[in-house]
This record gives sequence, C-alpha cells and structure tokens, in this order.
Amino acid sequence: MSVQSTARPRGGARWLLAGHAWLVYAFFYIPIIVLFVYSFSGSRLVGQWEAPTLEWYREVFENDNIQRSVWVSVRVAFFSTIISTVLGTMSALALERFRWRGRRVFDALLYMPLIIPDVTMAVMMLVFFVQAFDIIDSIFGTQFLLGFNTILLSHIAFNISFVAIVVRARLASSDPTLEEAAADLYASRWQCFRRVTLPQIMPGVLAGALLALTVSLDDVVITSFVTGPGSTTLPVYVFGLIKRGLSPAINAVSVLMLVVSMALIFGSLLLQRVISRESSLD
Amino acid sequence: MGELTETPGRADDAEVPRPVESVRLESVTKRFDTVIAVDSVGLSIGEGEFFSLLGPSGCGKTTTLRMIAGLEFPTEGSIRIHGEEMGLRPPNKRPVNTVFQNYALFPHMSVAQNVSFGLEMRKVAKAERTQRVAQAIALVQLTGMENRKPAALSGGQQQRVALARALVNRPRVLLLDEPLGALDLKLRQEMQSELKALQQQVGLTFVYVTHDQEEALTMSDRIGVMNQGHLLQVGPPEEIYEQPLTRFVADFIGRTNLLDATVESAEIVCLANGDRLPAASGLPAGAKVSVSLRPERLAVRPRDSVSPDMLALEGEVDRVTYMGNAVVYGVKVGWMTIEVRQENEPGTVRHEVGDEVSVTWVPEAMSLVVA
Ligand SMILES: Nc1ncnc2c1ncn2[C@@H]1O[C@H](COP(=O)(O)OP(=O)(O)OP(=O)(O)O)[C@@H](O)[C@H]1O
Ligand SMILES: [Mg+2]
Repeated sequence: MSVQSTARPRGGARWLLAGHAWLVYAFFYIPIIVLFVYSFSGSRLVGQWEAPTLEWYREVFENDNIQRSVWVSVRVAFFSTIISTVLGTMSALALERFRWRGRRVFDALLYMPLIIPDVTMAVMMLVFFVQAFDIIDSIFGTQFLLGFNTILLSHIAFNISFVAIVVRARLASSDPTLEEAAADLYASRWQCFRRVTLPQIMPGVLAGALLALTVSLDDVVITSFVTGPGSTTLPVYVFGLIKRGLSPAINAVSVLMLVVSMALIFGSLLLQRVISRESSLD
Repeated sequence: MGELTETPGRADDAEVPRPVESVRLESVTKRFDTVIAVDSVGLSIGEGEFFSLLGPSGCGKTTTLRMIAGLEFPTEGSIRIHGEEMGLRPPNKRPVNTVFQNYALFPHMSVAQNVSFGLEMRKVAKAERTQRVAQAIALVQLTGMENRKPAALSGGQQQRVALARALVNRPRVLLLDEPLGALDLKLRQEMQSELKALQQQVGLTFVYVTHDQEEALTMSDRIGVMNQGHLLQVGPPEEIYEQPLTRFVADFIGRTNLLDATVESAEIVCLANGDRLPAASGLPAGAKVSVSLRPERLAVRPRDSVSPDMLALEGEVDRVTYMGNAVVYGVKVGWMTIEVRQENEPGTVRHEVGDEVSVTWVPEAMSLVVA
C-alpha cells in the first residue's frame, strides 16, 4: 500500500531538492570513485597520481598475509552466518511463538550485543575466553588458544542478535493461525515449520543472514581483541597495515572488498526478487 | 413447560437425538490466568448433527471449539470424540478439522496445494490425492481456480477453499468458527443454504459457532446458547425459541417482553401489578421469575372485545411503528411498555397513539424463565 502525494514541488523548491539529492550522492560516491581511481595510481605515495599500474593488485594477490586473512574472513563469515542464522531463527521463534518462564529476560538480553559498545563486548569476550580456557586447562589439562575458533564464536554470538531481530519482525507480521491450521491438518511440529512457517519468514531469514554476513565481514573491534597469532581477518589485517603506514595496496584491497560487498548485495536483491515472484503470483 | 432447574456441567443424555455420540464434553472448564473463558460446560453432540454454539461476543464459543480441535487444552474436564478421550492429544492427531474464522489459508500455496495439504501430511498416495482434491474443489464449485493464490480470490471463494481444505480429509466432525462472519448479507445467505445442503449430503457432524441467532435458528438441528462461559440451554431451534429457560436466552434469541413476576404457588405466578397468571413453574413459592411474551404472540384489542379465555393486560398505546409487513405497537401497561407485533393483514384494525386497549394472549403463548 502506498500513499501517493499529489503535491509536486515547483520552481525553486524543485531545483533545491534535486541539488540536495545530488549532493548526498556525491558525498557517498566521490570517495569511492577516488579510492577506485587511485588504486591504479603508479605512485608509492597514497593520493598521488602517476601513470596507471596494476602493481598494487599484483601485490595483493602475491601477499601471503593478505591471502591468509581473506581466507580466515571468508571462513569466519561463512560459518558464523550459517550457525547464527539457525540459532537466531530459533530464538526468534521461541520468543514470538511460545510462552515460557524467563522469556522477558531472554528477550531483553538478546538486544544487548546491539546496544553495548563494540569495545565493551570485545573486552567481555576476551575476558570470558581467557577465564574459560584457564578453567578448562585446570580441570582437563587441555590447552586452548585464541585464534580462529574464538573469532568464530564471537561472531556467532553477536550475529545471533542481528538475525533474531530481523526474523522476529517478519514472524510478528505473519499470522499464527496459519500454524494452527497446519496442525489441524495433521502436520507435525516440524512439518508445520517446514511447510508453513519457514516459507512465510524466508525473506526475513535471508535478510538476517545477509546482515550477519556483512557484519561479520566488517568487524574489526571485537575480532582484533579475540584474535590470536596466525589468524587475522582481512579488516583487522588492513587496519594493522594502516597503523604501520599507508601503502597503495590498501586501496586495491579496499576496492576488492567493495566489489565483493556489491556482488553480495546485488545477489541478495536478485534472490529476493526471484523468491517474491515465486510466492506472489502463480 | 419444561423444568426450570439447570443442570450445568452434565451432558443430558435424554437430549441426545441420535444414537451415536460424536463429541462429548464433560465439565469442561478453561481458565486464562484470571479469566474463566469456559465454565464447566457439559455437552453431547450426535453423529451427523448440525450443532450450533450461539452466544454474544466473548462468551467462550471460540475457546470451546478450540478445545475440541486441540488448539487449547481444558483446565478441567474431559473431551471425548467418538468415545475416545482426547486429553492432551495435539490437534494433528485428532479426527476433526476446522474452518477458521479468518480462513487461515496458506498464502504461499495455490488453491490446490492448500486443499491437498492435509492429505499430503497423512501420506495419501499421489493419484488418490489428485482425485480427492479435484473432487473437493468441484464440491465447493471452484473448478478452474486450482492454481490461483488465496490473495487472488474473493472472500466467498476463500471461504470455500477453507471448506474444501477441511472436507477433503473426510473428517467425521467439522468445526466451523463463524465461517460466514466476514461475508456480506447476500453471500452469507447463499452460503448458509449451501453449507446446510453440503452437511446433509456428506452426513457430517458440524459444530458451528456463530453469534447470529437467525443463522443458528435456520441451520441447526440443535443450538447451545452460551453466555459468560456458561452453556445456558441446549435444544432444537423451536425449543430454544419457544421455551427459553432463562431470561438471557429469551432475550438473546428473537425479541421478547420480559415481565417480572413472583411464584405464588405451583400453578400461579403474580405479576408486578398484582395480576395472577396461571403458569406451572416447579419452583417454590416466592421465587423470582420472568414471564416471556414474544411480540408476535400478542394482540392489541379494544378493551371490550377481550374474551374470558384470554389473558390480558390493560394499557394505553404509546407508540406505533409501521414496518410494511407488520405494525409494532408499544403499549404502556403501568410499570412497563410491552411490544406487540401485528402482521399487516387485510382487515386488521389499526390503533392510534393514546387508544385505551388490552394486550391479550393465550396461555400457551407465554413461557416462564428464571433470572
Ligand atoms: N489466549 C487467551 N488469553 C486470555 N484470555 C483469553 C484467551 N482466549 C480467550 N480469552 C478470553 O476468554 C473469553 C472467551 O473468548 P472466546 O474467544 O472464546 O469468545 P467468543 O465467544 O469466541 O467471542 P467472539 O464472538 O468475539 O469471537 C474472552 O473473555 C476472552 O477475552
Ligand atoms: Mg470467537
């Protein structure tokens, strides 16, 4: 449903509005264009233009550290997205469709990772892992170290919230009597979920998964606290590079990350369009 | 005239008109926190019966139906379907199907997919499924719309899909929660007769929830009238209309005049103005009752034309409402105004406001109800 405004801006107002829109776009996209252009600059100094070169892209592809961190990022993002999508969807279902003791408390706690500052969350995670590893060490004598697994666990932890919130919004707008109707038509709990609930909330689940993927690929603060030697994600590695001094290779990495993000977003838009076309008309 | 004593919480066997019992409720109570939605209801519904639960909004009709379907469990009491105790059995394991008030069609499935859902869940073979789905869709006259999505159907068509989706499973008991509530008057009346015909044709037990008394009266074999969680009276439409047991039932079904009265002896009640009326109540002397007089059972006559075998109250015409097929008089009889409906037949004498008249009726026309 959309309310169509019959009032159209006229004269000066129209030009002002159009100008404002262009200004906003310029503000968003000029830095990207600059970044893109300079990633091909032949100069060693960031921001200086010399004859174009693909040198920096070559450097990125030949740099083992970058390769390794990309691989860590991809794996962390992939697994944390899958696991948090499942767990987040389950939390959303539990909160939206069932009544149980402690529901309110859990509900409030679920929003915590979104509210508390990243740094706080990062310190909490770090302290938690260190303490937990100490206890495990003293009881079982098994030693764990910070690294890939701790990054993965932290990403799952904060991603559950994102997924749960997105899925829950979708669940709240879908009719619970549909599930009752399915149960009345002999569907078991699982069939009910698979055949009726899931198709209803699928757009929410996909949106939640995409959000989780993006947040995971983006995260610097929390990851840099719980990371260990030998396993760093790409953003954390790039951040480290900047601290040591700028190199044009950073431009190239950034452009590549941008391209991947864009591909993800366009991919998801396309997927959503296909799904909604499938479910709306015959 | 029937006994006025209530027997709440017990299914009255004498009232079961069919030999086989389909659904039986015994002292069923449902509490939500502090609200008592259904209060110790006892009920027995026969096989193949069209049974209506009738009552005002919030009286517990839907809750009762949901407990039979297994979507809600009784706080106390027992529900049996075909003699089998249901207990905490989940809805997917009960031999009943429901037509929901808002239809609850699956929006992401086509008409055919909606209808075949129940059969798929019960693992009916593909060939038989296709055939039964086509049959059910034909039964509700939706052939040709199999591939449409519910959103592309009108309200009446959606209602039929909901019906087909339930009927295709050949349940022996069909639960319907105000299935015609969302339809306009004309479509509603059409669907009423279609539903009734279908019920007789297939020979199903219908438990039909409605708050529309006319719908209940025209369609049902028996009606159960509910108010505030209580099942007040169960009986065939004529009995509910002609011999209401309580003030509420008399007032809720059709229009009626309720005259406060006191029981004087086994055969006599005394009206507020001191008039004595012959009426057997079975209640002890001094009990408060009401005399229920339906407007269409009363007559307005000039005072001198009252014959001795009639019961009469003297009054003065207070208002006259012309309704085309009838004239409705309001006659003031001292402590209240009595509504009288006179059919507009040729030759009937019309009275004017201010006329001194008598309201008359024959003894069989009145019924006694308890408060
Ligand atoms: N899940 C629930 N939680 C709390 N109270 C409820 C719940 N379901 C029903 N009730 C209460 O129980 C009473 C009966 O409700 P019910 O839905 O059975 O009424 P109804 O007769 O179907 O009314 P209507 O004609 O409006 O549909 C109402 O007072 C209602 O507020
Ligand atoms: Mg209801």
